[in-house]
Parts: sequence; C-alpha cells; structure tokens
Amino acid sequence: MEFQVSNKAKIWTTVLMIVGIVFTGIGIVVASGHGHLGQQFMANLLSNSFFFFSIGLSALFFLALQYATETGWYAAIKRVIEAVAGYLPIGIGFMVITLLTLSFMHGAHIYQWMDSEVMTEGGSHYDELSAGKGAYLNLTFFWIRTAAYLAVYYIFWTGFKKRSRLQDENPDQAVDLHFKNYKKGALFLVFFAVFSSTSSWDWIMSIDIHWFSTLFGWYVFAGAWCSTMVVLVLLVIYLKKLGYLPKVNESHIHDLGKWTFATSFLWSYLWFSQYMLIWYANIPEETTYFLMRIENYKLMYFGLFFINFAFPMLILMSRDAKRNAGILTFVGLVILIGHWLDAWTMVMGGSMGPTANMGLLEIGMGLLFLGLFVRVILTNLSKAPLMAKNHPFLDESLHHEI
Amino acid sequence: MADTVIYAMYDDDEVLKAGAKKLVANGVKVTDVFSPFPIHGLDPIIGVKETRLGIMAFLYGLTGLMLATIGMNYFMVQDWPMNIGGKPSFSYLENFLAFVPISFEFTVLCAAHGMAITYLLRNKTIPGMPAENPDPRTTDDKFVMELRLSENGNFKATDLESMLKETGIVELDQKEIK
Repeated sequence: MEFQVSNKAKIWTTVLMIVGIVFTGIGIVVASGHGHLGQQFMANLLSNSFFFFSIGLSALFFLALQYATETGWYAAIKRVIEAVAGYLPIGIGFMVITLLTLSFMHGAHIYQWMDSEVMTEGGSHYDELSAGKGAYLNLTFFWIRTAAYLAVYYIFWTGFKKRSRLQDENPDQAVDLHFKNYKKGALFLVFFAVFSSTSSWDWIMSIDIHWFSTLFGWYVFAGAWCSTMVVLVLLVIYLKKLGYLPKVNESHIHDLGKWTFATSFLWSYLWFSQYMLIWYANIPEETTYFLMRIENYKLMYFGLFFINFAFPMLILMSRDAKRNAGILTFVGLVILIGHWLDAWTMVMGGSMGPTANMGLLEIGMGLLFLGLFVRVILTNLSKAPLMAKNHPFLDESLHHEI
Repeated sequence: MADTVIYAMYDDDEVLKAGAKKLVANGVKVTDVFSPFPIHGLDPIIGVKETRLGIMAFLYGLTGLMLATIGMNYFMVQDWPMNIGGKPSFSYLENFLAFVPISFEFTVLCAAHGMAITYLLRNKTIPGMPAENPDPRTTDDKFVMELRLSENGNFKATDLESMLKETGIVELDQKEIK
C-alpha cells in the first residue's frame, strides 16, 4: 500500500513555510536597525539547521541500533524511521550552507575562533585562552572533521536505504541483506559514538569557546534522540489516523511511547549531571555557561528543563497513557517545542547572549524549517511501500504484543 | 468448601493458549494456568485482572523519596549542619541539587525492594514456603490448566473433561478438595 501526501498536508506544510518566510522577513526588517542582524540571522539558522539535522541523524542512529541489536518489533514501522532519516541529505545540505556562510563571515561573532583578530597575537580582540585552542579549532581542521562526519553519515544512510529497497525486491537475499545491515549497523554505531560527541563540540560547544564539558555531546545527542522518538510517535499516530499501517498495533505505539519516556529521562539525567557537577564545584571557568543562560533567560532555561523532564515523566508514566494517541500527541508536541528551545539556548547563550530574544525572526525560522522538515518526511514516505517486505523479523513484528 | 478441581496438562504453551481460547469461547471459566514462564497474551484470554504492582511501585517510590528527604534534612541540615566543598547546609532548599542523587537512589531502592517483596508475598513464593503448584513438572517443561467445578456450574465434570481432551492435552487429573 502506497502512501500519498494528502492535499491537506501539502496545504498545511506550505502554509507553515509561507508563514515562516513572512515572519522571518518581518523579523529581519524589525532587526535591521540593531546592527547585529547578521549574527542574529546566522545564529537562528545554525540552531534550526542543527536541530532538524540532528533529528534525521538520530533516526539513522535508531535504525542502526535496531539492526545491530537484531530487534524484531520495529520491522513494521521501519519505513517510518527511514522516512525521518531521509531528511538527512537535506539536513546535511543546510549544515554545509550554514557552516560555509559562517566561515566566510569569520564566524559572525558566533564562532569566535573563526575570527583571526581573536586568534592571532596582536589582533584587535586577541584572546589568549581562545588562541590556546587554535590547534584544534582552526578552519582547516574544522572542515576536515565536518566533512568526515557528514560524509560518513551520508554514506551509511545511502547504504541502509539501498539495502532496504533491495530486500523488498529480492526475497531470496533477504537474510544476507539482514546480516549485512547487522554488520553495517554495528559499524555505524562505532563511528556515531565518537562523531556524535566531537561534532557537538565542534558545531555547538565551540560557540562558548572558553567553556568545555565532556558530557556535552551526550547531552546534545540525548535531546536529539528524544526529539526523534517524538517525531516517530507523532508520524505513526498520524499515519494510523489516516488508515495507513493497519498492521501496526497498540503495542508498537506503546513501545514508541516508552522510548519517548526513556529518552526524556536520559536527556534530563545528562542535563542535571552537567548542571549539578558545575554547580557543586563552582569553578568560574565552568560556571560561565550557566551564568550566561541564567542571567539572560532564566525562566526559559529552567522552564524548558522542567517541561522536558516533568511532562513526560508524570504524564507518560502509566501504561494506558503510552497507548493513548491524544496524550502522546500532546506530550510529544510540548517536548518537541522544549527540545527546539533547548537547541536555541545552546546556540544563543554564547553568541547573542543578552541581546537574544524570542521574536518573529526566531519563530518564523523555526516554522519555516518545521514546514520543510514535515514536507520532506511525508514525501519520503510516499516514495517506498509503507510496510517493508521480506525483513526476517517482520512476522515477529506483526505479532508484537506487550 | 468441597470442590472438584480438574488439572489438564499440556506440553506446549501455544497449544494451551489455543485450547484456553476455545474453552473460554464455550463459556468455561479457566481458574488458573501454571507455567514455567509467562505466556504472552494468555492473561486477557482467561480473564486475569491487570496487575496493580505498578501502582504499588509508585507508592513505594514516593515513600522512599519522602524518607530520603526527611532523613537528609534531619542529618545534614537540622541535627548537624554539614559544610561540604564550601557549600554549608543551612538550608535544604538552597542545597537541593546536592540531595537529588540520593533522593533518586533511595526512591529506586525502595520501589525495587518493595515491588519484589510484594510480588513474592502476593504469589506466596517467599523462599522456604511450600509450593502450591499441582505438579512439579510445571516448573520445568509442562503447562497445567486448572478448572474448578464450582466456577463452572453449567457443566458436569465429564463434559469439561471431554472438552479438554479435544484441546491437545497430554495428561488429565482430577482432585477433590475439602
């Protein structure tokens, strides 16, 4: 059974994108008098490019995880995971455009280490601490790393996608392809274990150039993974509501709900671990990160932690809630906004600082990206049969019952 | 209360499940099933009530959280204010973050132990208690279904037995209890 993007969905995603463009336009006009429009625009572009890219990437990670662990239950919703991971090429494109533009703008006061005035002795803004990190944070090495991350992600994604379609067409090769996926999945997890951390340091943590935290990569990754699970839940509920995926039952939705619940805890755990250790040790070079955020947007910063932690914990705790489409949709949308704000504060705290605020430009760009993201995913869904064929565990998945 | 109990033994859980489905469809009440492992999907067929262990786990967790908070507030703030790493504990609220890990651990400890003990008590399987299952082989590779005559007033014992025989049983046993 093929999925068709409904006219309603086409209209809604187009409306989202148009509203996003209009808001962004008004926001640019309003902000043009302030003198840091370039920085504001690029900071928002970076946070949105990264947030939606990381959702696609975490979907690829989740797929690889299922392959490597030889999980059975997910086989019926494999195509949904692949559709979300299918945003990856476009996400990579946005990351490249954003980072290239930033490189040409000498960092646009977001990546201070891209500015030679900061990094070379005798420059007008010379900063010894930043210059000391020059061996790692310089444009050449940064681009070598970035190219390596993106190339590896892209190559693995095309491989998984190709083998998934091959499996549909060749029943006699299904098991061989499965074991190939198993090996590639395990290999991807090895790459991802390193790259998810280092890419977060390069793209996000280097904004707060004086500050460092070893668990930052896991914190970023946990937020992205949680957002991915939310997107998967919402997508499956949406497809079920339209009458697609008749074989996907309550137990699959229950499992996706559990993943949302569990990854919310993972994210909260890492957020708190980072916060508590820095609060306890109280070393000035470490506390800067939280000082910037608490001074400039205290309510939003603690509010988003509370929302992303307490909402899924209290509401999704019971078994019935994880099987209820309405509750899952509500909690999912709330924490998706929470994680989007989390990505926003990650970028803004060290770049815009006190001048950042949630205005039309910020909301507009978020809506623009959201519209595009949803449209791309729905289009991906229509390109392949919604139910994967010949997956060795498909039968197990169809009888999934918990 | 005098009652007649029929034990039907199966050597395959799927056969038992199919048999239970057929019996229940005919209006027979299956009292219980003894199995070496949980049989997925059997509970709704024979009408076992959903477990309330989760609710108990939540309550035990809350108890642990409360005990940890009361304890730490007394030990670290009221009785003997501690100064750790330059953070003097004169107020529980201002040092709340430092108490979170212990609150969390104690919550988990109480929830897990409370749940395990409740489970063992409720099933009457505390170590050393006499076994209640009808046949020791149900702890190895056999499955036993229990029917009680008192719960199946519409049927005679012979009717039940003939119905059971059609479901692929390997042994049949009948017992009178007083």
